[in-house]
Amino acid sequence: MSLLIDPEIAARVDRLELPFNTYGVDPYGASKQHLARLFTAFRFFYRHYFTVGVEGIEHVPVRGRAMLVGNHSGGIAIDGAMVITSCFFEREPPRLAQGMAEKFMAQTPFMGLFATRSGQLTGLVETAEHLLHDERLLMIFPEGARGTAKLYPERNTLVHFGSGFMRLAMKTRTPIIPFGFVGGGEAIPTIANSYALGKLFGAPYVPITPWGVALPAPVRLELTYSAPMTFEGSGTEEDEVIEGYVEQVKQRIAGLIEVGRERRRKALAWSRGAEDEARIEGEPASTKEEQR
Amino acid sequence: MRVLIPGIGGVLGQRVARRLLEQGHEVIGIDRRPWHDAPPGIELHNVDIRKRAAEDVFRKKRPQAVIHMATVTHLVEKTAERYKINLGGTRAVFEHCRDWGVEHAIFVGRHTYYGAAADSPLYHKEEDPPMAVTTFPELSDLVAADLYACTALWRLPNLCTTVLRMVYTLGPTGHGTLATFLRGRHVPMVLGFDPLFHFMHEEDVATAICLALEKRLQGVYNVAGPQPVPLSVVVRGTGRSPIPLPEIAFRAALGRFGLPRLPPGALAHIKYPVVVDSEAFRAATGFVHQVDEVRAMQEYRDAFPVRG
Repeated sequence: MSLLIDPEIAARVDRLELPFNTYGVDPYGASKQHLARLFTAFRFFYRHYFTVGVEGIEHVPVRGRAMLVGNHSGGIAIDGAMVITSCFFEREPPRLAQGMAEKFMAQTPFMGLFATRSGQLTGLVETAEHLLHDERLLMIFPEGARGTAKLYPERNTLVHFGSGFMRLAMKTRTPIIPFGFVGGGEAIPTIANSYALGKLFGAPYVPITPWGVALPAPVRLELTYSAPMTFEGSGTEEDEVIEGYVEQVKQRIAGLIEVGRERRRKALAWSRGAEDEARIEGEPASTKEEQR
Repeated sequence: MRVLIPGIGGVLGQRVARRLLEQGHEVIGIDRRPWHDAPPGIELHNVDIRKRAAEDVFRKKRPQAVIHMATVTHLVEKTAERYKINLGGTRAVFEHCRDWGVEHAIFVGRHTYYGAAADSPLYHKEEDPPMAVTTFPELSDLVAADLYACTALWRLPNLCTTVLRMVYTLGPTGHGTLATFLRGRHVPMVLGFDPLFHFMHEEDVATAICLALEKRLQGVYNVAGPQPVPLSVVVRGTGRSPIPLPEIAFRAALGRFGLPRLPPGALAHIKYPVVVDSEAFRAATGFVHQVDEVRAMQEYRDAFPVRG
């Protein structure tokens, strides 16, 4: 067992209800060892670095096909990482949420390999459909790369949603579980996006923060899941019909972002209050008296 | 049933022939290669499938079914010659089937038809396009032969046509593209990539072909056995050592230092997976693989141990 793997988390990976073979690899290339290493690292970020507040996790089914659909928040995939981590740690048995990564990742040495071993696959309709057919949990950000390109002032807004996810959900009769993610914009406050640097690395762009690189700051994040939404149909309906359904999901997510923002404000206020109290507790009695 | 097997001299052809003989079929074979220890019940014709003498076999024997395995898959053969064998041979087989009243023709193709690329779906279904034409031009003759065989589905409505796209073969005979790639002590990989490889044991390949015949399957089907495993697992599982090389070094080192010689198009197949969804074939035939990936690798390892 690697030093980078917590045995408890390795045991939790064993409880994932996926058809791992003798070598600990599932039919999509996800590896038990990589997952254990990944979640050992992500647990630190999830519990201690970002302190992610989660609400409504009971809406994520413990088995069977489902589609997690939410907003992008932050210049890099902190949102996806924390959604995956919440499904792994907060559900019993744990679930592996599988995201649809940008195509450039598969072409990049190590990055594509790391993604595949973690169960994250290239964003293609055929692959998504196959995952749902296998009763997997799919994670989708309909804003795509446009969503992660949001600058700091736009951090809690939503940009255009693609409609592919809706057609797929209808075709495969998959419930959509909307989620709202808040705080990624504060963790990586993007002041600009460098498309030239992105071209250099084969990525759509590289986010620039006040401290230069896109290293996330330790801020509180809020993740809110809502009850599943189901849409009847074959997925071949006219654009107007599909757009209407997409708008319903978008509105739900917008509401969840507001719920998350409110919770985040309260949590920060509480934490500031607790800090003030702790500071006051530590000060000499005379000062306390004065303050009273 | 009277079954004719063009390409009977190959490892898989021999296996299928023995299996059909055991099942009580009358087996006739055509191949340019000799088969010295062929069972007495099998009638062999040492002719080229593209020549007049092959048509005579069709005329005189009037087979009811034909299993076309006379395609060259290894890349040692020069491309122009491969084109003639793979395309000319396939055309001849289907023309003879049409002219001499064959009821069922099975074309044994390869899953590499789908090609390997970063933006390919992970699991290919039968309706996916043949991207190998662009990703691996050296395989275009096999892709063309597959497509030609597919046209028989509408061109020859009286002929029941089956096109099988089989994953790589791995087993004790060391037959096949993957087995050849793994032959050395060290197996090169592209640094930062470790694609899934889909393979099945040669016995299961023979079983699948015989099932397609028995069930009189019509259409195009992907055929796979156990679930795919990463290339690094295949390399270690067969007792070899992976040598991850940066892509530039990989290109330069091929064919040198005891590493296999590969055409440029093969690089994509070592970086990206070609994996197929074989659910339709399983549903249509009830096929269940008998040998898992662990035993297939073990048998190859025992048959071709690394020395020193």
